Amino acid sequence: MPNDSIHINNKAVAQNTYDAIVVGSGISGGWAAKELCEKGLKTLVLERGRNVEHIKDYTGTTLDPWELKHHGSRTQQDKKDSPIQSKCYAYNEVSKHFFVNDEENPYNQVKPFDWIRGYHVGGRSLTWGRQCYRWSDIDFEANAKDGYGVDWPIRYKDIAPWYDYVEPFVGISGSAEGLPQLPDGKFLPPMEMNCLEKHVAERIKKEFADGRRMIIGRSANHTQRVGDRGPCQYRNKCHEGCPFGGYFSSNSATLPAAKKTGNLTLRPFSIVTEVIYDKESKRAKGIRIIDAETMKTEEYFARIIFLNASTLGTATILLHSVSDAFPNGLGNSSEQVGHNLMDHHYGVGAGGSFDGFQDQYIYGRRPNGIYIPRFRNISEKTKQSDYVRGFGYQGGASRGRQWSADGVGEELKDQLLEPGNWSMGIGSWGEHLPYYENKATLSKDKKDKWGMPALDIDCEFKANELAMRKDMMNSAAEMLEKAGLKNVNTYDSMPAPGFCIHEMGTARMGRDPKTSVLNGFNQMHEVKNVFITDGACMASSACQNPSITYMALTARAADYAVKELKKGDI
Amino acid sequence: MNRREALSRVALILGGTVVGANVFLEGCKPGDKKAATTGTFSDGDIAYLDEIAETIIPATNTPGAKAAGVGAFMTVMVNDCYDEKDQKVFFEGMKLLNEASDKKFGKSFMDIDAAERKTLLTEIDADAKKYMAEKKAEDPKHYFRMMKELTLLGYFTSEIGATQALRYVAVPGKYEGCVPYKKGDRAWAS
Repeated sequence: MPNDSIHINNKAVAQNTYDAIVVGSGISGGWAAKELCEKGLKTLVLERGRNVEHIKDYTGTTLDPWELKHHGSRTQQDKKDSPIQSKCYAYNEVSKHFFVNDEENPYNQVKPFDWIRGYHVGGRSLTWGRQCYRWSDIDFEANAKDGYGVDWPIRYKDIAPWYDYVEPFVGISGSAEGLPQLPDGKFLPPMEMNCLEKHVAERIKKEFADGRRMIIGRSANHTQRVGDRGPCQYRNKCHEGCPFGGYFSSNSATLPAAKKTGNLTLRPFSIVTEVIYDKESKRAKGIRIIDAETMKTEEYFARIIFLNASTLGTATILLHSVSDAFPNGLGNSSEQVGHNLMDHHYGVGAGGSFDGFQDQYIYGRRPNGIYIPRFRNISEKTKQSDYVRGFGYQGGASRGRQWSADGVGEELKDQLLEPGNWSMGIGSWGEHLPYYENKATLSKDKKDKWGMPALDIDCEFKANELAMRKDMMNSAAEMLEKAGLKNVNTYDSMPAPGFCIHEMGTARMGRDPKTSVLNGFNQMHEVKNVFITDGACMASSACQNPSITYMALTARAADYAVKELKKGDI
Repeated sequence: MNRREALSRVALILGGTVVGANVFLEGCKPGDKKAATTGTFSDGDIAYLDEIAETIIPATNTPGAKAAGVGAFMTVMVNDCYDEKDQKVFFEGMKLLNEASDKKFGKSFMDIDAAERKTLLTEIDADAKKYMAEKKAEDPKHYFRMMKELTLLGYFTSEIGATQALRYVAVPGKYEGCVPYKKGDRAWAS
């Protein structure tokens, strides 16, 4: 009975049709879901991993160290299952369930690249570092000025209202400083610097004539209650998920807001294999997935599609979405998809000890540090001859416990029961230029267990980054020494790209469809109803932690997309 | 079901932790050398490691490493967190330490008194320090450095070490960057 089967198919299509589909539930996907749902669109969120419910699924985070078999340590089995993930600073005996199994998620490192991932609802918004820094026009104008990459199609004035819009909902603690290179945002009260940090901040201000400052970190840890979240309880166990909702995540904030509208459908275990393209309308029709549990293929349809599968996840989907119209991947006539891969280069800095403040100590475990905003190449006076762009520092001072001492017995024990000296360390985060040859492509032979091709990742830091690193290290030591620290030591651990977990750039924004994938509203030049607002969209990396910029761009793109939809333009 | 299997069942019921497991193992004979060379710990080894740990961090006006179950913790960490190369050094070290005791006092470590144990381990600690300073990067750690590190880690992250010897607040609720400190105040455990 052919009519019946058509009827059934139509019914199936209708059941699987939404106003919008969002691929990914991490920090940008959560925002896309919230904005689209709040604007009245029936929205399907596809997440490749399992569900993680706020608080309920933060297993183990309320345990004390002695209640854990290895008191928090990584095991040999962890290193075997996840040799890459287990190197991450945030990976521990409790948080490890928010990191992927490397065996199940292969990729080829053409050059060393550490790809740190969490495949579950909320993605890396559960384990992120929570630092939030606005970009300025120094960043948006950089490509145009020095010629690396393509010009950003937007400037600070375009995104500023959207930073204003997302920040109060995120709930960012920080101090207003009036610095042109690091615009102030809408902040909750700042966290406190400790004795040594206050001292070092004062000395840096006095010792350096270039306007250099050390400020308290701007962090998405809530110093006051934000809606029904928080405040932060200063346990410093954020990477395990917070039972107090003390920091922003998709799970704590955007997904619940989306759910509240009644417009959200969340589908975990949905591995997106491709975007389905309709040649006639020149629009994406929908999304094809494999159910990770049943291995069955399903199709979902919508008028607007947001790709928020992460920089490399989104690149994979685009490259795998081949059709007659787009034999190189969806919207990839420019051949820029997968290219211009960037991260930040970090793992370089200095540390030292301090003799004073013996009568001062600390209460609580602050999940935040200090920040030294960029001070190089921000004016004619600060221009460097050996590299372009710049870097900032994160770090902090503390009065730690003494971990060991000579000898054994009562004297050793007594000595270790008292705190040690104050010390301080600062590490630098530097800009990585967009190079076309830094890229991710689909592997011709390696596939994952769901049949999706693995990525070949070919990415490196080059001369500009390496020249910058020398300054990053030396300036760190210079600042600490001038601030009166003793035994100042420098380090450069030279992590591989990827390890900073700020990968971006694989479907960049730009003004020209010939050299970029997205326009100034994160809309694909060639497929008008597809928007990409995760790290893939970035045309340069700046040196600031990027998440708050993804969030602002997502809210802005969602606003534009819905206006276009209502006008009938998409 | 032998005693070890029984213990691991108890551990499973308790949620996978074997910290404090020595409670179940009283009366076991220490220093089973056969087990030590095959890469698994015997019940007696835990008692032996407890005494080494207790010599490093003894009971004073607060309980010591033995009460905190550090011997059992060491075996868990060596089994699960050490690579094979380090495991070998550790097992070998358990023999070497006993041999050093035999050489100095003519008795095994379990048979010398607390003062003798302290004398012996003070010497080995100095040897370990010298070895660590002079060793090449690819050389393994000194076995006693491993034992001492595991003892300090295990003790200060145990409930006894963190809450009785040090100070520990699970949920601080606030952060204060400059609070008065006077000599003798205990450090925060974390």
